[in-house]
This record gives sequence, structure tokens and C-alpha cells, in this order.
Amino acid sequence: MTNLHDPGTCSSPEILANTGTSQSCPNRLKEVFAGSRATIPMIVGAIPFGIIFGTLAEQSGLSPLGAIAMSVFVFAGSSQFIALGLLSAGTGPLIIIATTFIVNLRHLLYSAAIVDDVKHLPGFWRALIAFGLTDESFAILADKIRKSDENWRLGSLQWFYLGSFLAMYCNWILCTVIGITLGELFPQMNSWGLDFAMSATFIGMVLPYLTTRPMLACVLVAGAMSLGTADLPHQLGLMVSAISAIAVGLSFHLACRRKEKTAVPEGMSTEDIKTNEENK
Amino acid sequence: MTEILMITGMAAVTFAIRYILLASAGHFSFPGWAKAGLNFVPPAVLTAIIFPAILIPNNNGIEFNIENPALLAAIVAVITGLVRKDLLTTIIVGMFAFGLFKWLL
Repeated sequence: MTNLHDPGTCSSPEILANTGTSQSCPNRLKEVFAGSRATIPMIVGAIPFGIIFGTLAEQSGLSPLGAIAMSVFVFAGSSQFIALGLLSAGTGPLIIIATTFIVNLRHLLYSAAIVDDVKHLPGFWRALIAFGLTDESFAILADKIRKSDENWRLGSLQWFYLGSFLAMYCNWILCTVIGITLGELFPQMNSWGLDFAMSATFIGMVLPYLTTRPMLACVLVAGAMSLGTADLPHQLGLMVSAISAIAVGLSFHLACRRKEKTAVPEGMSTEDIKTNEENK
Repeated sequence: MTEILMITGMAAVTFAIRYILLASAGHFSFPGWAKAGLNFVPPAVLTAIIFPAILIPNNNGIEFNIENPALLAAIVAVITGLVRKDLLTTIIVGMFAFGLFKWLL
């Protein structure tokens, strides 16, 4: 993306006012509401996860206060679920932190995708955007940036994001509390198959990735390795399997690309080629 | 105490990952191969969690048979996901199938 503005001169609201791209208070509020409204579909999707997280917390060995603190300070759904799984298997905090790191590495992709669109903002805003950069808020923001012009990006982006973030954040915390309450009211909920909810959720999240052969190889390696390493101490199997699978998938991907550069690839699906081109 | 350590650590690494590029404001970017590698992170991690959860449900060896309700429900969830391509439908149908198989078996 070309940088049409000088980040040094457009960062403060006063200067923006002079250039005519500033927002009055009602307009800012309008953007905050627009951001929240655009996030409603994602919120509906997040409600069951938040509730299930809260419900599973206590029986996994996380205190109610710990569960709320996790939703407030970590605010990363899938790694929170994984932490519960590891906790119930008796895993220590350092392994859980290391696993969280691996699981959330994907958020680097999100920040890489939006950094050019937010680098004009002051440090406070960039920190806030980073804190709230969940899969959902990223999807909403990236979509809105694609559909908007330079003026919106410079004057309104942060207010729109604020609305989206606050809606996701408050909903996540609220659902966690509801889940904890439900878990305490109905301790037998465990036997309703809620523990399978996490597996079903992850299956639904993995399937859309399976469009290329390197991705398929990655998933097969991850599955086989995780079964083979299940007896490793401290639940290290998860990290060993994930890192091996990423290495295999990436090597396969790079090999395909090299082959494609030298010759017209044979037997490669159109998705393979499309993905390779996107990654160039 | 362990809980405080765990949550603080999780919060710190999660924020660091989300913030590091935004903090550098575009002065630092990844080489192409690293970006391509990041694409493989979510499916690799999620799969490494799903397989043992479904196939080693009782921490007592692999249970690859039709008496394992989680395995049957997982197959239903995969088929649902491939047909409907909708996350919420996959979850609801998968959970319903798990409850049904658990009750039947």
C-alpha cells in the first residue's frame, strides 16, 4: 500500500482538524456504533464459545475468578480453551504459556495485514488495537478497510474499531460469567457432551484450511504426531506435533513454489497455484 | 498463585504477539516464507489438540472403534462441516451427535 500521508503530521487530532479529516463527537459516536453493529454476526457466533468456556472452567481446575481474569486479560478464545484442556490434564503454567504463544502466533498475520493502515495512529491506539485483535475483530476491520477510502482510514478507523472491540470484549466477558454461573447451577452439564464442544469447534475451524496439498500434509502430520507423542510428559506432545506439522507443511509449500517457478506444475490444483501466488 | 502466573504469562505473550508489528509501525516486516509458515499454525495446533481428544478419550490407549462416541461424532462433524461449510452448524450438529451416540452406546 502506498503511503499517501506523512505519519508524522497526521497523528494528532488537532492537525487532522486543520486538514479537514477530523471527526466531530457525534460522528465519532456514529463510527463507534457502526463498528459495534458490523460485529453483531461475530458476537452471535462467540456467545456459545464464551458460555462453554465459563462452564468448563471450574471442572478443568480453573477458579471462577481465574476464568474471568483470563477473559479480561488474555482475551483470546481458542488459547483459553486450550489452556483449560491442558489444565485438566495437570499441565504446569510454563507449558501452558508456551502453548499459548504457539497457538496465538497466527495473530502476527493479522497485525502484519493492518499495520500500514494504523501506523499513523498514536501509540495508545495501536496498543488498544493490538489488545483487541481477535480473529473476529480483525475480520471486521479488514473488511471495512477494503471497502473504505483514505479519509475514513485516517479519521474514523480507530473509532469504528473501538466499537467493534468493545462489543466483542464486553460480550466475551459477559458470556464467561454466564457460563461460570450455569456451570455452578448445573454441575452435571459436563455429561451433556459439552466437553465435545471444543473438539467440534476445532474441527469446524480446521476444515476451511484443507484446500491445498501442503495444508493437508500439515494436518495429517499434526494428527499422527499428536497420537504418537501423547505419552510425552508435561503435554509436550502438542508443541512437538504442531512444530513438526508446520515444518512439513511449509517445506511442502516452498517445494511446490520452487517447482512452479521452473516449470508448469503438473497435477497441481488451482487452489495450490492461487495460494502460492497470494503468498508471493 | 500458579493461576496468577499462568494468566499473566498468557496475557503477556498474547499481547506481545499482537502488538510487536503495530509497535514498530511498519519498520519491520516478515520475509515471505515466514508469512507462509504462519498460515500453517492454526490448523497444525488445532489438529494436534483434536486427535488425542477424540481418539484417546480415557488416557488409556487409542480407541479407534465404533464404541467411541467422540470418534463417531467427529466423523459426523467433519461431514457436516464439509457439506454446510458453516462453523456454528458444525458445532451444533457435532454436539448433538455426541450426545446421541453417548446415550445409544
